[in-house]
Amino acid sequence: MNKKLLLGVEAIGQGAIDGGISGVYAYPGTPSTEITEYIQENEVAIGRNLHRQWSVNEKTAMEAALGMSYAGKRTLVCMKHVGLNVAADVFMNIAITGVNGGMVIAVADDPSMHSSQNEQDSRYYGRFAMVPVLEPADQQEAYDMTITGLDLSEKLGVPVMIRITTRLAHSRSGVKLADLARKENSLSLPADPLQFVLLPSNARKRYNKLLGQQTEFLQLAEQSDFNLFVDGIDSSLGIVCCGIAYNYFRENYPGVSPYPYVKLSQYPLPEKLLKQLEYQVDEILVLEDGYPLVEEQLKGFFGRGKKILGRLDGTLPRAGELTPDLVATALKIERALQEELPGTLVNRPPALCKGCGHHDTYRALNEVMEEHGKGKVFSDIGCYTLGALPPYNSIYSCVDMGASVTMAKGAADAGLFPSIAVIGDSTFTHSGITGLLDAVNEQSNIVLIIGDNESISMTGGQDSSALGRIESICEGVGVLPEHIHVLESLPKNHEILVDLLKREIAYNGVSVIIPRRECIQKLSRKKRNIL
Amino acid sequence: MKCDIVLAGVGGQGILSIATVLGLAAVENNLYLKQAETHGMSQRGGAVQSYLRLSDKPIFSDLIPSGEAQLILSVEPLESLRYLNFLSPDGYVITSTTPFVNIPDYPDTEGILATIRNLPRVVAIDAEAIAKAEGNSKSSNMVMLGAASPFVELPLESLEQAIKTIFSKKGEEIVAVNLRAFHAGRAFTEQTLNKLK
Repeated sequence: MNKKLLLGVEAIGQGAIDGGISGVYAYPGTPSTEITEYIQENEVAIGRNLHRQWSVNEKTAMEAALGMSYAGKRTLVCMKHVGLNVAADVFMNIAITGVNGGMVIAVADDPSMHSSQNEQDSRYYGRFAMVPVLEPADQQEAYDMTITGLDLSEKLGVPVMIRITTRLAHSRSGVKLADLARKENSLSLPADPLQFVLLPSNARKRYNKLLGQQTEFLQLAEQSDFNLFVDGIDSSLGIVCCGIAYNYFRENYPGVSPYPYVKLSQYPLPEKLLKQLEYQVDEILVLEDGYPLVEEQLKGFFGRGKKILGRLDGTLPRAGELTPDLVATALKIERALQEELPGTLVNRPPALCKGCGHHDTYRALNEVMEEHGKGKVFSDIGCYTLGALPPYNSIYSCVDMGASVTMAKGAADAGLFPSIAVIGDSTFTHSGITGLLDAVNEQSNIVLIIGDNESISMTGGQDSSALGRIESICEGVGVLPEHIHVLESLPKNHEILVDLLKREIAYNGVSVIIPRRECIQKLSRKKRNIL
Repeated sequence: MKCDIVLAGVGGQGILSIATVLGLAAVENNLYLKQAETHGMSQRGGAVQSYLRLSDKPIFSDLIPSGEAQLILSVEPLESLRYLNFLSPDGYVITSTTPFVNIPDYPDTEGILATIRNLPRVVAIDAEAIAKAEGNSKSSNMVMLGAASPFVELPLESLEQAIKTIFSKKGEEIVAVNLRAFHAGRAFTEQTLNKLK
């Protein structure tokens, strides 16, 4: 048996290859990015020529994956938690159309918001769509569950979600691998030609089918090898630990736990195992990374029955990721006093890299905005979001992919002048183009700055989807060519950029300015590889 | 054998190359390993850390519980202090003394170094100067790894082999300079420990 050191995300990538996918579809987003990158660099994946290019956004990724599944082949689609919001429309409906070839949807959540706008818990989406959810505790399970997930998806005819959180995503450990990758499926159309036609009359049928399958999903969770009931001698407390929380629990009891517990890694909730635990113990402590999803369900609205401890009653903090320390405290385990941190310690937040083109943009923008006052620049998600921090303090919003364009439009509608948007090239193609069309259709008075570093930089320099074509997209959407400007973002072009900004602010309509220079990190990686 | 190490630095300083060498050496010795890394936003010049756990028994948590790390290995002085709550009562801090100043409110360097020198068990090393003396200032990470190596129960040959493996693509000269840097760091710690005896 072959053993490899893999990050949790890489284990999912390897599992997908070994589970016989014909393609992965994804848009980069921390902490999910390396699933796709792993497949892009894997020899078997290259040899089989699996689909492994980046998609424009999570919605197009999931729809393309659905097309691959429709054609009978297995597929993996990956994203970060907020990416699932973008793909939510297709996600909710795939549960109803079902799949043909097996489809695993891998979603990486980011509790504590290490690199995110929120810490939403994707298990709610799984429950919302009523599909099976797998939540690995370690790298080995991440691998095994991806293979199982593809099998399960194909057998049940529904997509299967794998949910991981940052710590597992970006932690490395030894993983035992299958000797051979499963063969890819051959091309085959769905047996029922109406399966994917969600006209109301057919959608109702499909929805009833999904409802009818719920009992089977439940039985599968109850019989799953990933869910365990383990007995203990101390019945004063029972533990339910979900996904990676199992590790933090066992870290505190590396030998044998005195308390009975349920290790929970496959949803819907395995009723029999949980009832068995509840029957035996006085109180139940729920350990889960993310929102109190299991805790809420076990507690019920009126909170009758046995006491449920967790994030809702303050036994654990309501927000933020779990740690072995927090779990130890919840288990009332006393720890030795730790060294105190010195008072001189200061935070070191991330910052724009030295030599990055965004510096040039923000310097010019700040100079121009001095006469207009603060609060008139909207921005978006990417490296340039760091422009909200000192020394620039240039931007006043970062909400969701593409929102800079539409918020600037709405604020201009409300009478804000000037109304400026700063977005990156990849965020623009991800979700900014449609917003720009809204602005063009109404000739909204906005200036859109597209900081084009020819790369998806924050996530590690993946290829931007409209390399060198940003200005033609803007023109195609209907921005007047005389109000589209491209210039190299360099300190020597400072005056030119200042003048352009002033001129376009004075113009009453939609203007686009594209300061362009390759991401400095990407450039230095290229140079290193050449050397 | 059980060794928990907090690796600390600033995004872009390359602490992961240290983790990779230790990881390779651990695997060669059939040890269990878990290594949690920082990816994403903090890699842009923010504080980054990696939790490296080695053991001859299965490891559960990917994160090190506070008060349990045998080592804090930091490639930057301010960052060496950020994770002191993870250090076990008999643990060592191994840190480079070269500050990486990329924030406006970076504290007084002398104050930071004084705090470090006052720690009960510490090896403070001018890794950059040693690396330069050995031929390449870029190999200061291997000086740091060498400085930490007397505290990690891994055979010297395994560590050397792992260094050869990760630098082999860059040619023999780079391998040689990194091995020299590693040994210079190791010698520095051995001398420091001898003085304490």
